[in-house]
Amino acid sequence: MNKKFIFFSLILVLVLIISMTFAVMVGSVSVTPLYVWKVILSKLPFIQSFIEPDWSRSQEIIIWQIRVPRVILAAIVGAGLAIAGAAIQALVRNSIADPYILGISSGAAVGATSVIILGAFSFLGIYALSVSAFLGSLLAIVLVFFLSRVGGRISIFRLLLAGMAVSFILTAVSNFILMMAKQEGALKAVMFWMLGSLAGAKWTNIIVPAIVLFVVLIVLWLYYRNLNLLLLGEEAAVTLGVNLQQFRIQLVLLVSLLTGVLVAVSGSIGFVGLIIPHIVRLIVGSNYKYVIPISALLGGIFLVWADAVARIIIAPQEMPIGIITAFCGGPFFIWLLRRNNYSFGEGD
Amino acid sequence: MTLEAKQVSFSINDQRILHEVSIHIKEKQFVGLIGPNGSGKSTLLKNMYRLLKPENGIILLNEQDILKQSSKAIAKNLAVVSQETPVLFDFTVHDLVSMGRTPHKKLLELDQEQDFRIVKDALRQTGICHLEKRSFSSLSGGEKKRVMVARALAQQAQVLILDEPTNHLDIQHQLQLMDLIQTLHLTVVAALHDLNIAAMYCDQIYVLQHGRIVCYGAPEEVLTPALLQKVFGVYADIQTHALTGKPYLTYVPEQFTKNIRDRAGAVNVR
Repeated sequence: MNKKFIFFSLILVLVLIISMTFAVMVGSVSVTPLYVWKVILSKLPFIQSFIEPDWSRSQEIIIWQIRVPRVILAAIVGAGLAIAGAAIQALVRNSIADPYILGISSGAAVGATSVIILGAFSFLGIYALSVSAFLGSLLAIVLVFFLSRVGGRISIFRLLLAGMAVSFILTAVSNFILMMAKQEGALKAVMFWMLGSLAGAKWTNIIVPAIVLFVVLIVLWLYYRNLNLLLLGEEAAVTLGVNLQQFRIQLVLLVSLLTGVLVAVSGSIGFVGLIIPHIVRLIVGSNYKYVIPISALLGGIFLVWADAVARIIIAPQEMPIGIITAFCGGPFFIWLLRRNNYSFGEGD
Repeated sequence: MTLEAKQVSFSINDQRILHEVSIHIKEKQFVGLIGPNGSGKSTLLKNMYRLLKPENGIILLNEQDILKQSSKAIAKNLAVVSQETPVLFDFTVHDLVSMGRTPHKKLLELDQEQDFRIVKDALRQTGICHLEKRSFSSLSGGEKKRVMVARALAQQAQVLILDEPTNHLDIQHQLQLMDLIQTLHLTVVAALHDLNIAAMYCDQIYVLQHGRIVCYGAPEEVLTPALLQKVFGVYADIQTHALTGKPYLTYVPEQFTKNIRDRAGAVNVR
């Protein structure tokens, strides 16, 4: 498996790079892959001296200032949501869980609506939306976390129910704000945000998600043994030496941090965190040693393509990416459901 | 290494399941736990492997309170084959048995040559080498049980807790498994339903009823017609087996005991 795994990962890395190049090429102004890489390489130290700049200033802006950060953000968000989904599915031992099951997206929506409609945090300028969305998800997870703790222990069942309850309440709050809104355009803006979009990508706002993704990815990967044991169940985890309570808390915090940061920059893009781990398990099995890295790669590839489609399908307008992911993901999921030999984690 | 439960009490929703139960398993001793359904055998074992926390009393592993040690430290010394094997997600047999190595691995440590050898040995000892690449969910109940035993062996612990290890196994594998465990010379405590197996393999037997230890000692002391009548409500004919030298029980259905009772006017059947 090990050799096969390395080979497979390398192929996926290659596919990711090709997909990202392609995604930078397409759009209202198309560019050739040669220029894409020339512009990128010209920005790197040492290499730049070998590159002869023979492109226009506007080409450079389109490639370097607009498309490259956006494509990178797509890869980060896709990878992040996929590993968050995989981790949360291990935590709650249920394959229908996704990163939003703990109420994170509904909390972020409250933050976003209060910025878009009520104009909260206006002193933060262009960062107001991200910051308040992140604060909203933080609020949601803190609520869920404390509701699900009984006597210092986290009960998974309570965690799920608390996640649902908090989601309902916070969704009601953002709906209330929406209904009270006077402006016509605001409704669409909120809708657009909720369905997810990567249009806001800039070099400045992909740094935090990149760092958080990197850290969470490494930590989850290092703890693959514990994640496997969580899947086996409480009894196996305890008897094989996992400090269950502590590990669950760490997992909730890690996943929430990652999801919160991603939702803050991209809205709540659905389906990625749910289906990518399924596809990955179908290919490499349930062992998290492989599930984590492959989920990251596949999630990244998937969202890069989804974002490319979102940009070109109704150009010059943009489709919210959440619609694309659901349109591609839904049928695939149904196909998966119809396959007899794929177990959804219900055992036999 | 020794394992001991001292005055352990446990309740679920105000229902007392265990009343100040004390049992002591000496170094390399094989101790059996018998008792009817609902007598508290599994609950006692779960308290002993930290899945449940005793309301009162303590569990000592090698004279140390288990609640004062890290989960990992305990898992290095104490392996468990529990009754349930609910694996929801699909793993291969090899992956599952390898998980037995978890408590011995550091965070950044990959599986070494030694780990692969230990896993191979565990697969061989439980006779499931041929299943190594199979997916766990495709196995039969008995095969799954042996995978769980193999995982516990891969843990290389000195103390073994078994909750009805022979459940689901055919008679050949029941005996093979018990023989294997006996030859490992570990400190073992096992909840057993088959009293003949208990009689054959245990050094000591504890009898649980309604969450209390009613009797303990060597098999020949404990397994008497009177006790079986009292605790299990069955008549049994008990002989010393000519080959094994161990007590051998034959349960006698009521229709036969009735005749005997009528004739002899005695409660106990000898």
